[in-house]
Amino acid sequence: MATVQVSEAEKVYILHGIRDDLRVDGRGCEDYRHMEIETDVVSNTDGSAKVTLGHTAVLVGIKAEIGKPRPMVPKEGYLEFFVDCSANATPEFEGRGGEELGTELSNTLYKVFNNKKSVDLRSLCISAGEHCWVLYVDVLLLQCDGNLYDAISIAIKAALFNTKIPRVHISSDDEGGKEIELSDDPYDCMRLNVENVPCIVTLCKVGHRYVVDATLQEKACSVASLIISVTHKGTVTCMRKVGGGSLDPESVYEMTEAGKRVGKTLHAPLMKLLQEEESLGTKRQKVGFLG
Amino acid sequence: MGNVVQSEARGAVRFSSVEVCGNMAGLELLSDQGYRLDGRKATELRKVQARMGVFAQADGSAYLEQGNTKALAVVYGPHEMRGSRSRTRHDQAVINCQYSMATFSTAERKRRPHGDRKSTEMSLHLKQTFEAAVMTQLYPRSQIDIYVKILQSDGGNYSVCVNAATLAVIDAGIPMRDYVCACTVGFVDETPLADLCYAEESGGVSSLALALLPRGGQIALLQMDARLHQDHLETLIEAAMTACKGVSKVLDEVVRQHLQESSVLSGE
Repeated sequence: MATVQVSEAEKVYILHGIRDDLRVDGRGCEDYRHMEIETDVVSNTDGSAKVTLGHTAVLVGIKAEIGKPRPMVPKEGYLEFFVDCSANATPEFEGRGGEELGTELSNTLYKVFNNKKSVDLRSLCISAGEHCWVLYVDVLLLQCDGNLYDAISIAIKAALFNTKIPRVHISSDDEGGKEIELSDDPYDCMRLNVENVPCIVTLCKVGHRYVVDATLQEKACSVASLIISVTHKGTVTCMRKVGGGSLDPESVYEMTEAGKRVGKTLHAPLMKLLQEEESLGTKRQKVGFLG
Repeated sequence: MGNVVQSEARGAVRFSSVEVCGNMAGLELLSDQGYRLDGRKATELRKVQARMGVFAQADGSAYLEQGNTKALAVVYGPHEMRGSRSRTRHDQAVINCQYSMATFSTAERKRRPHGDRKSTEMSLHLKQTFEAAVMTQLYPRSQIDIYVKILQSDGGNYSVCVNAATLAVIDAGIPMRDYVCACTVGFVDETPLADLCYAEESGGVSSLALALLPRGGQIALLQMDARLHQDHLETLIEAAMTACKGVSKVLDEVVRQHLQESSVLSGE
């Protein structure tokens, strides 16, 4: 993560503020920063989304390609993740500097999203054992101001909602082999059901309390964080503790409950926004970075 | 891939024939009425839209779209030398550029965003271009980082990068001698085409990339790797310079607009 230097006095100030449920920018402990979501920003992908959470900016592009299914699960497709921590975010990520963080992020994303409970992987199958859709999810980190997991998971959910996979049908040609034909109509496509896709909530332990959506400065004051992925029903699908400090079990239970509560409330407004954007169709004015 | 075949008869008659890629067989890069594949005329540029100050955390940032090619440029600096102190110059700033492409930017997914030979070469070209324009002697013993990311690639990558980076450097408040404007031009059927798109670039056109400092007409970078008859070179460079001057007008407009917006916001 991009580092920020925080002095001892600043740390004490932030700690005391959080103890009284008042953070530096005036938020409460469980409030998110201003979030902006837009889908379909990159036109040569099958689905894309841009999420800005305070100063953190993330761009996700999804490309669907035809590949061979995994041998253990021949009737399912799969997702491949790649997180690019670009030098745009901070000069420390230049060259291979961002690789470590990128690998850590993508490994967590595999655990959270690449399973049949989150995404209906069976719908990605074209012919069992031979062909399936592989969704390459590429995450581009543009600006880094803390809380990367949350922003990335929201962007992935929005991008999956926006993904249009072309319909194919298999026909056998003369030699007995299978031929895959893409349908001619560019609007004839399959959409994914993203209802069960979870969102990740990161809770940082600062002093005796925990905060949601920590900025880099608050992160510098915390010793440990808990990453929880929560579905729209409030079910926890994945949990991980990160950071060098230790957490006592009481805190873990408390933070899990808070994470479930906060995570559950993320989904409804997100889906509503995505449906609204979708209903505007081609009349929607695409803003992207120009707005 | 396409081939450009030029043959020269005795005297002044010269003709070139262009074969385009297999899956675009039969598409003419320049029709008889003078229209290109996307309906532009030979000297017409693509639509340029840009915005400065896109990211608050960086010292300077800009986003620029030229047709379907979109680039994001970010500038950090001038700051103390990071990494090897031995590269510090006592009399001027060191410019460090990195060019990278998003993995979803091209039609076929790119596996590595940067680190391959083409990206390294582009980074060096950008460094060369900006060393000519930025007044580095004002910041000795420091470093200026310019990072450019291509979000969508549809031809003219280098030119769009340079234009975006110019705006980002201006947004960072780093003094330059002049705007740096770049354009990629090609030569088809005795006509220079300004601002090539991907279809034209891969269709076997001899393309030339030029970075210009418009006011003095100074060329910062000139690159061409295709076969072109010597007699056509001057026409092509002239066409490139005219296209660059067109781009500089647009960039100037963007900068003035941004300045006006910022001064309105700060109440001046």
